[in-house]
Amino acid sequence: MEEYASIFVKAVFVENMALAFFLGMCTFIAVSKRVSTAVGLGLAVIIVLGITVPANNIIYNYLLREGALVWTGIPALASVDLSFLGFISYIGVIAAIVQILEMFLDKYVPALYASLGIFLPLITVNCAILGASLFMVERDYALGESVVYGLGSGLGWALAIVVFAGIREKLRYNNIPAPLRGLALAFIITGLMAIAFMSFAGISL
Amino acid sequence: MNVEQSAALNISAEEKKRLGKGERRIWKKNLFLPILDNNPIALQILGICSALAVTTNLKTSFVMSIAVIVVLCCSNVLISLIRSQIPSAIRIIVQMAVISSLVVVTDQVLKAYLFDISKQLSVFVGLIITNCIIMGRAEGYAMQNSPLRSFFDGLGNGIGYGIVLLMVGFVRELFGAGKLFGFQVLPLVSEGGWYQPNGLMLLSPSAFFLIGILIWILRVVKPDQNEAE
Repeated sequence: MEEYASIFVKAVFVENMALAFFLGMCTFIAVSKRVSTAVGLGLAVIIVLGITVPANNIIYNYLLREGALVWTGIPALASVDLSFLGFISYIGVIAAIVQILEMFLDKYVPALYASLGIFLPLITVNCAILGASLFMVERDYALGESVVYGLGSGLGWALAIVVFAGIREKLRYNNIPAPLRGLALAFIITGLMAIAFMSFAGISL
Repeated sequence: MNVEQSAALNISAEEKKRLGKGERRIWKKNLFLPILDNNPIALQILGICSALAVTTNLKTSFVMSIAVIVVLCCSNVLISLIRSQIPSAIRIIVQMAVISSLVVVTDQVLKAYLFDISKQLSVFVGLIITNCIIMGRAEGYAMQNSPLRSFFDGLGNGIGYGIVLLMVGFVRELFGAGKLFGFQVLPLVSEGGWYQPNGLMLLSPSAFFLIGILIWILRVVKPDQNEAE
């Protein structure tokens, strides 16, 4: 249990996807002008990460890694190492899950679909999603850990974009020098936020 | 294939010559415009995700830039070659498949010949797949244009991306560790020199500040890139 809590806190604060690893930056900057849209996108990221990271964990452990095919019982497959197919498999899984999720929400939770709808397809190309799967493989998480890690990193990313959107909303009332407006200031604010999040680095459970 | 393209195929030699000049102009434009005027990172907000994480030193920034340039050129050419065969409903998946195959090859080459750097780049080689520059150029340019034009577009955007990466990498490595490409340029205090390294430069916030300042400077020089807000 303690182990899970440690992974979770680490994923949300210390190794924040957006602020420590720069993942999902394109959407982070582009879709953060209003808090309400940021909340929608953040929610979508949490859901998709919570599903895709464990799914890719299963794919990796039972299909791709060296010796993963032992369960088939075929001796010729016992020592096959398919890990070079990782990238293609992960992105395929992500694209498929996003598509299924979109159809599912459309059919059963139309209210949520209406608010998330436009963001879901965007998420396939969000580096935070693929990044989390790749980190999961690199750190060799087990299935339970990968669920916690997926949800935690999603929450961290959502937290960062919502806070960032809040700051940007306030900025609209300020008189900013023209060259600094928009993108340049967005980066500098993100930098300051990254420093703030670094203060969580001391937390260890 | 649309009317314009089929018309462009049935042209006389003279027209071809005239067109050749125009064609070269387009190549030149595609190559040089993204470097300063329409920089993918500074203006199009593309490909920032991977740009920042690998820039703690020049070596990784350089290898990353080369990898992105190679993947970008190849994907642009390949997608442009098959653009009239791709049904538009599944074009994103086709583009993804082409790009991720290219990234797998790049990753394997890096692992085979530059293992140390490949370890340092860790997940970020794989993240070239979701690098928005590559998808963006495939979708925005290569789907409508000929392979050669797309090649130059890919090269230009790749170089534009690489230049920003190298600039950030230069500042971070010089001030963060007193080194350039791994060679000690500024002698450190801990080794009897005079330079006290700035540890913040090696942490993530500095990359954000540097890119922000870079865009700021670029927009002071080129005020037409300012955003109206």
